[in-house]
Amino acid sequence: MKLSHLKVGETGTIVAFTDLDLSVKLMEMGCLPGEVVEVERFAPLGDPMAIRVAGYQLCLRKSEADVIIIQ
Amino acid sequence: MDIKVALVGNPNTGKSTLFNRLTGLNQKIGNFPGITVDKKTGFSRLDSHKEAEIIDLPGTYSLYPKSKDESIVFQVLADKKNSSHPDVIVLVTDSSNLKRNMLLYSQVADLGIPMVLALNMVDVAAKQGIEVNVDRLAEKLGIQVVSISARNNIGIDQLKQAIANTNKIATQNLEVDVNFLAPAAINAIKRHINADNDYYALQVLHQHEHLTFFSDQQQEEIEEIEQSHGFESAKVQAAETIARYKHLSTILSDVVVDKGTAKKFSFSDKLDGILTHKIWGFAIFLLILFIIFNAIFAWSSYPMDLIESTFGWLTALGHEHLPAGMLTDLLLDGVIAGLGGIFVFIPQIAILFAFISILEDTGYMARVTFMMDKIMSKVGLNGKSVVPMIGGLACAVPSIMAARNIENWKDRMITIMVTPLISCSARLPVYILIISLIVPQETVFGIFSKQGLALMIMYLVGVVAAVAVAWVMKVIIKTKERSYFIMELPIYRMPRWKNVLFTMYEKSKTFVFEAGKVIIAISIILWVMASFGPGNRFEKIDQKYATALADTTQNTTHIETLVATEKLENSYVGILGHFIEPAIRPLGYDWKIGIGLITSFAAREAFVGTMATIYSVDGGDEDSATIRERMAASVNNKTGLPVYTFATGISLMLFYAFAMQCMSTVAIVYRETKGWKWPVIQLVYMTAMAYVAALVAYQLLR
Repeated sequence: MKLSHLKVGETGTIVAFTDLDLSVKLMEMGCLPGEVVEVERFAPLGDPMAIRVAGYQLCLRKSEADVIIIQ
Repeated sequence: MDIKVALVGNPNTGKSTLFNRLTGLNQKIGNFPGITVDKKTGFSRLDSHKEAEIIDLPGTYSLYPKSKDESIVFQVLADKKNSSHPDVIVLVTDSSNLKRNMLLYSQVADLGIPMVLALNMVDVAAKQGIEVNVDRLAEKLGIQVVSISARNNIGIDQLKQAIANTNKIATQNLEVDVNFLAPAAINAIKRHINADNDYYALQVLHQHEHLTFFSDQQQEEIEEIEQSHGFESAKVQAAETIARYKHLSTILSDVVVDKGTAKKFSFSDKLDGILTHKIWGFAIFLLILFIIFNAIFAWSSYPMDLIESTFGWLTALGHEHLPAGMLTDLLLDGVIAGLGGIFVFIPQIAILFAFISILEDTGYMARVTFMMDKIMSKVGLNGKSVVPMIGGLACAVPSIMAARNIENWKDRMITIMVTPLISCSARLPVYILIISLIVPQETVFGIFSKQGLALMIMYLVGVVAAVAVAWVMKVIIKTKERSYFIMELPIYRMPRWKNVLFTMYEKSKTFVFEAGKVIIAISIILWVMASFGPGNRFEKIDQKYATALADTTQNTTHIETLVATEKLENSYVGILGHFIEPAIRPLGYDWKIGIGLITSFAAREAFVGTMATIYSVDGGDEDSATIRERMAASVNNKTGLPVYTFATGISLMLFYAFAMQCMSTVAIVYRETKGWKWPVIQLVYMTAMAYVAALVAYQLLR
């Protein structure tokens, strides 16, 4: 399942990425395989989204959240 | 100066606040990722014998740069010959979010430069129930670790002492032996550039293209090593990041104790619930924009009037007391007038940056970006383009300076390119004059003034044009850089008022010194062109009126105005006005308007003053009712028809809406893009657009 498909308040564990370049950026920001993420909110217009990861709030576009596979 | 110290750390870790604490030299600070753009240096007395030069490097999440600013970090740390290359690195981290912050530590540590680790925001972390065992961490890392709070001045002396005590030889334990990632390529590079550090060699393989200290030949050879060993940059980087985090987990496992995860973000969360709410979020944002707009528009008018009248008074005083002559005129009407034109922007710049600094400091700006990104990214802009665009309603100059917060190069360039299309306050006097000429003072449905509606339409035209041009540029400008929007949303905090004041001061200073040079130069050129004419034309005019002026029994004010009018017509500017008349006639303009267009380049509002001179209005541009009457009465001497018809008026307003008639903007774009390429492109496209729009409007409405 993709991270972008989660609803607000739902959590998931990162298992893989589908884009190598983006995965590097995301991992630097603490989105590592095995890390638990929680969807905090979507922007008023539905995109981007804010997630809680590694103890802080990160925002990213849905297209970027699409490359994160979660369980 | 005994040692050089570089501050390195993630954005939002309070690195800049620490820099201020250490050096006492204030600078721009924000809660917004990537605020420290320029290289900032200062001096700090560590103890009674040692003084250090402190360098504040741009905030970055890793040594792999995502933007130009970030690439400076590795450049400085890697190049021993770089003038900023540090003897000691102070790595600043946010204690409340140590794991992510330590990734950068792990990378920097492996470069083998002596280090001190500063755990900042210990008070914030403690409130959140996070405790860090400093001694155990120091032991595990092999370096001095100091816990500090830069904001509340805790632990700064200990940090200074630690810097003073740092060994000349790096003591930190190797974090990750990266050699396994690409052994053959790393060893080949090490041999080739004569380096002994594996991680340095690996970084060179990754980003040698961005490093300026290798010669072209070296670059080629490094590239060849990269190719021949089949070095896959992204894959290796991913493996490295995972290895580093794995190692950090083991280091931090018994160092960080987290007691209360549940309620630590409740305040920020509640605030986010309101501030990014579907309805309230936008309503509050609009309200804040309105306050900012109103402040720049209304509050600044008092100091601006004061500055204008002061410079006017200085000029008058000078003319009274200095010996009359060309040099005096150059000084007063060229230089002083130019300086006045620069200083008049200071109130608007200071007010806009006061607001920006508060919004960034509190963390609200990141939320604005978050809310607006979807709309803005559709037309090639970025959530962060909102503030420059809104500021553009007041003045493009501070707004273009504010575009620095946009990390993505392409998004930033597009923002800079389109911001001057938003109708700024300098266009207002021109709009008002022309609207009063061509739009009757009537109301629609009994309540809406037609003139007010016309003014609003002019503002909308500017916004629509900006959006359209942004979209076109999005398609045209090619870049390898991908547009990311992976950004930290920092927690909400109180603004630091001292920094707000300093930002106001610093931004004004930057503008005066950087853009000021270009503005002064153009002012002088314009002055020369308006004050001199070819041959003896001016003398003839003086002779013609000499007897009338000598008559002391009559009031000579009107004669003087006539002299000024005739001189302006015969000056180089006047001749240029006549010269461009064939080009602007299809737009519905005569040579008089031509002169106005040329002098408007100093500042758009100069149009009104120039019209006053051309139409020989006594008492300068104060008397706009008189200008209006004379302009309305003026007829084309060839056709005998009125000059200021509806078609000409619309054409002229469209010209002013689109044309880049502002040397201050040209100067600031030159400064911000560090070259003439972008300001020239902007000047050309805006002038072309203005010409075409005015031409089409005039020909259709005629």
